Amino acid sequence: MANDSSQPPANQVDRREFLWRLGAAGALLAGSAYAGVKLWEPGHVVPGFQKVKGLQLANYALAPSTILPSMAIAHGTDHEKTIRAALGALGGMGRFIQRGDVVMLKPNVAFDRPPALAATTHPDALRAVAKLAFEAGASQVIVADNPINSPVGCFFKSGITAVASEMNLDLIYPGSNSFSPLELNGEILKNWTFFSEPFKKATKVIGVTPCKDHNLCHASMTMKNWYGLLGGRRNQFHQHIHSIVSDFALMMKPTLVILDGMNVLMSNGPTGGRLSDVKPMNTIVAGTDMVAVDAYGYTHLLERDLAELTYIHKAHDRGLGNKNWQDTLYKEVQA
Amino acid sequence: MQRLLTLRNARRVAQVFFFALFLFFVFVTDLRYLKGYPVSLFLELDPLVGFATAITTHTVYMGLIWGLLLILPTLLFGRIFCNWICPYGILHHFTGWLIGKRRAEERERIESNRYKKLYSLKYVILIAMIAAALGGTLQIGWLDPIALFHRSMTTVILPAINLFFPTSIYVRQYFHVGAWAIGFILLFFVGMNVVIPRFFCRVVCPLGAFLGTLSTLSLWRIDRDVTKCVDCDLCLKNCEGASDPHTDLRKSECFVCFNCIEDCPEDALSFKFMPSLKTEVTAPVVPRRRLFLGTLVGLGFYAFGRTSGASDRNYDKAVIRPPGSLEEKGFLDACIKCDQCLRACPTNVLQPAVMESGIEGIWTPILNMKIGFCEVNCTLCGEVCPTGAIQPISIEEKTGTGKFAAQGPVKLGTAFFDLGRCLPWSMETPCVVCEEVCPVSPKAIYSHEVTITKRDGNPITLRRPYVDPALCIGCGICEHECPVTDEAAIRVTAIGETRSHDRRLLMDGGVTGATPDLEKRDR
Repeated sequence: MANDSSQPPANQVDRREFLWRLGAAGALLAGSAYAGVKLWEPGHVVPGFQKVKGLQLANYALAPSTILPSMAIAHGTDHEKTIRAALGALGGMGRFIQRGDVVMLKPNVAFDRPPALAATTHPDALRAVAKLAFEAGASQVIVADNPINSPVGCFFKSGITAVASEMNLDLIYPGSNSFSPLELNGEILKNWTFFSEPFKKATKVIGVTPCKDHNLCHASMTMKNWYGLLGGRRNQFHQHIHSIVSDFALMMKPTLVILDGMNVLMSNGPTGGRLSDVKPMNTIVAGTDMVAVDAYGYTHLLERDLAELTYIHKAHDRGLGNKNWQDTLYKEVQA
Repeated sequence: MQRLLTLRNARRVAQVFFFALFLFFVFVTDLRYLKGYPVSLFLELDPLVGFATAITTHTVYMGLIWGLLLILPTLLFGRIFCNWICPYGILHHFTGWLIGKRRAEERERIESNRYKKLYSLKYVILIAMIAAALGGTLQIGWLDPIALFHRSMTTVILPAINLFFPTSIYVRQYFHVGAWAIGFILLFFVGMNVVIPRFFCRVVCPLGAFLGTLSTLSLWRIDRDVTKCVDCDLCLKNCEGASDPHTDLRKSECFVCFNCIEDCPEDALSFKFMPSLKTEVTAPVVPRRRLFLGTLVGLGFYAFGRTSGASDRNYDKAVIRPPGSLEEKGFLDACIKCDQCLRACPTNVLQPAVMESGIEGIWTPILNMKIGFCEVNCTLCGEVCPTGAIQPISIEEKTGTGKFAAQGPVKLGTAFFDLGRCLPWSMETPCVVCEEVCPVSPKAIYSHEVTITKRDGNPITLRRPYVDPALCIGCGICEHECPVTDEAAIRVTAIGETRSHDRRLLMDGGVTGATPDLEKRDR
């Protein structure tokens, strides 16, 4: 091999290459040592028993008023007119929603049923509430629920999808990324998977609920409606259903709840299935206290004895609301 | 006279030492002998285990930090691990010598040790496994040599030794479901040494590929003095790695066995510090499109495995994991299928899964109550687990006693009666062995005395058993001891396991009527 005097022999390295190779090997060693020590986990856990950090849900309720009523009962035959009358009695939607609010509406769309069977929130009720929200200045209205049956089918067949596209509402499906752990110190409900996506932007929360018979807990009304915000193994709730439903009143402090008693599912609930299960009661109840609203619904819409509705008494005793709705500031009006 | 103090002999001493150390660790992984020996040391030293689990779990678990120790000699000397330390490499070196081309003609031996393009396959395998890990499933255990060798020792070699020499390894013969497949894979890799020497190490080994990639930067290597070399190719005669020492050395393929230096009649080869890059093939040579293909295969493995649903909604009732196991997806992120837990298990209840936990979970540990049961006061599986797939929980944490009374016991599943097969329930026959052996206190299995009229008209009084799901820990001894041995009248299934919130049965950990004084547990 010809030896060029400016080049080192082929089998030797020059100073630059020497330093570069030493540096590269050293850097790789140091880098892996740094990463290894940084990621090092010297301890152990007991899987399943780790403390879960989770979301703490905001309080969406208004400060209580001593002048304006906290509950309104409106009678009528048209959804929109009756809901307007009920809200009017409460002081108007403007009391609850200000300009720029992002309003999350929580209907009960648990089952794949047409509106006439009264197993789901009636599209006319949802439309009316959304309309009032926009009139009050809401910048955006979100509709979300985590149904029992397949979500797409439930929203579609209950007529909610059609209302959402007609009114330009944001319908949020419960996708697999829509959930995160919720932290709650309920009687039974603790650290549960929560449908959190709608709450990323919402500034106000309104429950829009049908009034229904329920095979296990007697009735599904505004408190039970929040079941649809939870994910995970909800079929375990039935082991302690009354504690769980009263825990919902601790979990969610809504701005307003609206109980749609225009057509009430009197029997074979919560799914219904025959028109003969449904009875027209021509009433809308709106209020800020879910316990009071549900107490009225149980006695006056489902026409039953409140003594048997264990979760109402639990919620009342835990200070989460007032089951004696007659003692609250309420107003009854005709649409 | 031949010199004794050669590099080759130093290597042989190291090989004997490390192979013996490996066998020692395998042997003492047993309740009787396990006295704090670091029996998973080889797995912890294996940097591929630490690297791949860091990708899937985002942590370097406990002893896996030792993997860093192996990076230093690799960056200094290259793949020295492969021919000095690796017990599986040593196995193939030895069996290759024993059954391979030892007696073949010199020319044939030289030809068998030339580099072949096929040897780049291991890099494609490695990239596929890393891609699968990046996707979210840990699959290095299929072929990582240490995991593979531990698994083979546990499920095949030791039980076979015990079969031929009863009680030499176990008091009672151990069984492992599907062990024959693991055995044939071992035989295949050993046998392939006849066709291609060091077939596993050269062609398949993902750890070799990992270390080969690292050795790109290594500072020492075999160097050929071209002024002395007469191109006789005798250096290839015993070349373990097929790294072409007769020409530009393929650094990533060299096992640093030093045979070539000893074999060179001209003294043209030496182990040198930083010879020029111009006279070596520095990095592994792998076609880019093969790497791309490997990446696709790895990501596909993850996607196809995960979307088959076995780790999610379609989970199998038989996937009962050892006590302290992470929740299923986390478990699959950490388990390397080394089956050290199976080796440590004193009852043989731990078995390599076949398809119960899907393709991702092949050879991961599950409990088979027909073969054994989970001993309440035992946590050996978590003690020896190198990756924390099974956490080293204490007995108190496992049984939910002492400081851990409020969180309650670790449950593996729940026992259910099959009343149609139960003697007192369906066959007018007294039994309740299950209640007798139930190890928790108060017992999770209780019975009520009933007097029934038998078929012949005579009355019989017997006890009919029930399960209290709040107390059952899923240990499976009831199923194991049930006299209906083909399909027990009480069987444990995975539901109710505490490791997963999604697979619990009772909302609040269970309120039990058996113990009014038992405080409601935290969950």
